[in-house]
Amino acid sequence: MNENFDVIVVGAGPSGNAAAYTLARSGMRVLQIERGEYPGSKNVQGAILYADALERIIPDFREDAPLERHLIEQRVWMLDDTSYVGSAYRSADFSKPPFNRYTIIRAQFDKWFSQKVREAGVLVICETTVTGLLLDGQRVVGVQTDRAGGSIYADAVILADGVNSQLARKAGFRPEIEPREVALAVKEIHFLPEETIQSRFNVTGDEGVVIEMAGKITQGMVGTGFLYTNKESIAIGVGCLLSDFRKQKTSPYALLDRMKAHPAIAPLLAGGEMKEYTAHLIPEGGYHSIPPIYGDGWLMVGDAGMFVNGVHREGSNLAMTTGRLAAETLIALRSERKPFSARNLARYRASLDESFVMRDLRKYKNLPRIVEKNPQFFTAYPELMNKAAHTLISVDGVDKKAKERAIRQRFVAARSRLGLLGDFFKLWRAFE
Amino acid sequence: MKRVEEKLFQNRYRVDAGHTHVRITDPDVCRVACKTWPCTVCCPAACYTQEGDGRITLITDGCLECGTCRIICTEHRNIEWTYPRGGYGILFKFG
Repeated sequence: MNENFDVIVVGAGPSGNAAAYTLARSGMRVLQIERGEYPGSKNVQGAILYADALERIIPDFREDAPLERHLIEQRVWMLDDTSYVGSAYRSADFSKPPFNRYTIIRAQFDKWFSQKVREAGVLVICETTVTGLLLDGQRVVGVQTDRAGGSIYADAVILADGVNSQLARKAGFRPEIEPREVALAVKEIHFLPEETIQSRFNVTGDEGVVIEMAGKITQGMVGTGFLYTNKESIAIGVGCLLSDFRKQKTSPYALLDRMKAHPAIAPLLAGGEMKEYTAHLIPEGGYHSIPPIYGDGWLMVGDAGMFVNGVHREGSNLAMTTGRLAAETLIALRSERKPFSARNLARYRASLDESFVMRDLRKYKNLPRIVEKNPQFFTAYPELMNKAAHTLISVDGVDKKAKERAIRQRFVAARSRLGLLGDFFKLWRAFE
Repeated sequence: MKRVEEKLFQNRYRVDAGHTHVRITDPDVCRVACKTWPCTVCCPAACYTQEGDGRITLITDGCLECGTCRIICTEHRNIEWTYPRGGYGILFKFG
């Protein structure tokens, strides 16, 4: 390809699409390269779409984006082997448009987003894997692909190539990811009739429910499970720190199967037809695992930059926001006729620092290390809570004072007084 | 409970015959030096299996391209991991 581009975007997920779209809308010549057969065919997410991040890029996306259900209820479950204690928030206000959260099916959503990107003027090439960055000293000047004559040049390259970001590693821009910095999540999609989903989850029309789960389902590992309602399907999955899978010698598919068999979960899936099994690494290392995200002629966005807020289950919104801000940085520099040097691209980092992306990741910067070292939050406590609920709810001739004493004793026996105090302090530190 | 093969059977793949995108660098390292074989436990598609004689067999046909095996092999760094050629490998219908 002899054509010269202003920017090459590697990858057509949410971050790459946000970047490519924003660049093209301001007149930049953009080439986007995607290794999948179509955009979305390599991408995995739960998936929840947060409207705000997309709205800032495509304000009228609700008109034709393939959205599944808008969420009106969020349940949080702490599970034991046979029970759960939970809380839920449901509001009729979430049923008033414009809706703020949707479930989506990524293969469909990404295809739609990519169509918008093409309409904005981006040249999108699929079925092409970028195999390396072209360097002139330390400066990135283009990419090498697996197509014949596959060297393509541009003034800047945006790495939106996902959590594995082989390109950055190969170029020496970042070290290998450590097993404790990523969660390995596996997921299945189960199809059920629309009416069954509506009645099972107590919703009407396109209203939807999410259930976030923690406790015995992760068998002592640091992680969570989830269940999301789509129009005619349910996504069910579980993710734990990769380092914990290794330590516990538990295989991810066995973990998911056991979770699906839980007496509170199995009836929600009953009768469904499983049509796909997926796996994905989620960069949950937080603030401290963010690699260098810019340099001479290159910027890193989305999962490649480890931009995930594991606490709040946010990722695609950070992806779209980092993609947009990277694009806006390039647009501003171009209009000022300044080169895309590392010095000038530092503006990208500055704009991220000012945005919710870095503010949130900074807020929880200690949390990944704390939960990693304190699995009791995922093991002992859910079990204690379930037992406490069981004791309090059972009417069995035992007086309430004695019940409270029994509950207190169980907490002390499991964690000791000092341990309980320490755990409280750790939680406070993690969320402060 | 379903075996993982039954799960993978639901997926769509375009297998790139003759091109494997993940490779064990030195099989002897797995057989002799490695004592934990995290790849056999952690790979969500069970691409790695241990044979009776201690060898590790890698069959990438069911690979979900997640990167787990590369990251988990911290002790020996014995896995060469790349993406499949453009258009090949897993093709998610839903993702």
